[in-house]
Amino acid sequence: MTQFLQTCLDAASLGSIFALSALGIGLLFGILRLANVAHGEFISTAAYSLIVPFTSVAAASELFIGKWHWALVIPTVCAIVIVLALATERFVFRPLRSASAPVLMMASFTVSYILQNTILMVYGSQARGVNLWYGLTRQIQWEGLRIPLIQIVTIAVTAVLMVSLSLFLKYSRFGIEVRAAAEDFRMARYLGVRANRVIGIAFAISGLLAAAVALLYLPQSGTINYAWGSPLALYGFVAVVVGGMGSLPGAVLGGFSIGIAITMLQVYLPPELKPFRDAFAFALVIVVLVVRPNGLFPTKHVMKRV
Amino acid sequence: MALSPLKGAAREALLPAVLTAGLGLVTLPVWLFASPTVETFWSEILVRIVLVTGFYIFIGNSGVFAFGHVAFACIGGYAAAWLSMNPMFKQIMLTGLPGPVQAMQLSPWAGVAAAAAMAALVALVVGAAIVRLSDIAASIATFAFLVVVNRIYSNWDSVTGGVAPLTNIPQFGSIWPTFFFAAAALCVAYLFQRSRWGLMLRASRDDDVAALATGISVYRMRLAAFVLSAAVMGAGGAVYTYFLGILTVDVFYMGLTFLMLVMLVVGGAESLTGVVAGVVAVSTVAQLLRMAEQGVEIGGATFALPLGLQEISLGIFMVLVLVYRSDGITRGRELPLPGFLKSAADAR
Repeated sequence: MTQFLQTCLDAASLGSIFALSALGIGLLFGILRLANVAHGEFISTAAYSLIVPFTSVAAASELFIGKWHWALVIPTVCAIVIVLALATERFVFRPLRSASAPVLMMASFTVSYILQNTILMVYGSQARGVNLWYGLTRQIQWEGLRIPLIQIVTIAVTAVLMVSLSLFLKYSRFGIEVRAAAEDFRMARYLGVRANRVIGIAFAISGLLAAAVALLYLPQSGTINYAWGSPLALYGFVAVVVGGMGSLPGAVLGGFSIGIAITMLQVYLPPELKPFRDAFAFALVIVVLVVRPNGLFPTKHVMKRV
Repeated sequence: MALSPLKGAAREALLPAVLTAGLGLVTLPVWLFASPTVETFWSEILVRIVLVTGFYIFIGNSGVFAFGHVAFACIGGYAAAWLSMNPMFKQIMLTGLPGPVQAMQLSPWAGVAAAAAMAALVALVVGAAIVRLSDIAASIATFAFLVVVNRIYSNWDSVTGGVAPLTNIPQFGSIWPTFFFAAAALCVAYLFQRSRWGLMLRASRDDDVAALATGISVYRMRLAAFVLSAAVMGAGGAVYTYFLGILTVDVFYMGLTFLMLVMLVVGGAESLTGVVAGVVAVSTVAQLLRMAEQGVEIGGATFALPLGLQEISLGIFMVLVLVYRSDGITRGRELPLPGFLKSAADAR
């Protein structure tokens, strides 16, 4: 029983990370039909901004922004990633606004390639140890459970972010515009929604969520390398597909389902099959796409008009 | 105005003949005179032509962006290694292979054929599910397929050796077999795109609703193109393996996918001429950038780009092409026909 509870907690905390990642990807997909492969590099950039660039490799890399008080670290990292996200929007995705979905995906693939190679150039290819917020890795003993503090923080922060994001989307003027654009972008523009502003807001939120993913996951993982963010974004993708592409509640539910599925596979898969955990997860994507193209949690029905 | 049968045949055979002859005209002096570095550079271009043609057969004709075709190259590459590696090493490294496979050592030619067949078989099963999906869903599904194949091949240690490189794979020993496969891939792609099925598929690319309404089974046409392109990718993976003589699983992953798609898009994803143009153009630009990284001597002083700028510049180049010329260098057209082969219909 204790072990099962422990597993549930792991699943919830991993699911939170995936849900945040999925939300960042799903938001852009809903509005632009952009499957943003570069989201992983947004996450990596957030993590790398904490350490000193151009230093030689040390076991524990010297912290740069990461040394500051947490109340300064969080806004700075968020600002860096938001600026990056807005810059990619301005220079790559805005000129391509009328392009087809696969061309957009290709463009995001390119952005991801550029950013990943920039990280390689500035920070090198070797893994770096990052000791961010060491205190958070402490474990709390409770009724026989060992609960790492970071898991509680992750779940709590995710809950707060999601509640505030849904309040923002539901009640603020910008939020309503974003949702209208996600529903039917062309119609929303006819009704006076400004495309650049809505898309800018969506990219900014996406960047903010990427920064949150990085800051919450970094204390758990401890080391980063140039491709650190990619798996997190890939799982975000899986979550978006599983939850029904373009649906934000679906993305969140998808994120938690993937977190649960991954954790359960990790615990209950026979040892000789464990290395193939990711293969199972991605095979699941294909199965969901084929069997339930609207996702496991469909919220709206989109019919193609001729 | 109808063309005479002879002119018609000449017209049909012209494009693959010109492309093949063009490649051959470069291969010959490279084989005769060039230094090993240049020969490697050109061989690599020929290998890439096979792979990008594989991408093209599906993407160019169906209009569906498949991001996962490198998975078939991976399958083909490993099939080639399984069949042609020195049996002694197979018994040590790949203990999970079935006995007969472990004992055999096929020639590279047979290896390429087997690799194509194996990739086609996998594509038939996977494609039957994937090609039913609409555009972006299909793109994501093929992407997921690439991840699945990569995870399986990098972890199934007893059969693939995991992430460790496989060595002692025989090489072609000459540039001509590679040239042959590049030419063959181009001819196969051309025959397909001019065939009844290819034309039906192109019709569905331009307007899928109208194509369905005229009774074209878009699903079957797409599946045919998917299987054929996978076979070419499988062959390409095998050719790549025999070219390198060494095989690692991560060669066939995101990096190669990105490079192949860049070449396809830069050349123009909707024409076979674009495949050749894209491969040659991007390979040349990449090579020049690589040389610039190593340093260029101008008037006694050496100038070198910082390391890593090659990839970044390639990415920026790609963004510019996507933004300013999304239908590629060729604008999706084939080489123009010479005047005497034109019919009234070509005049528009």
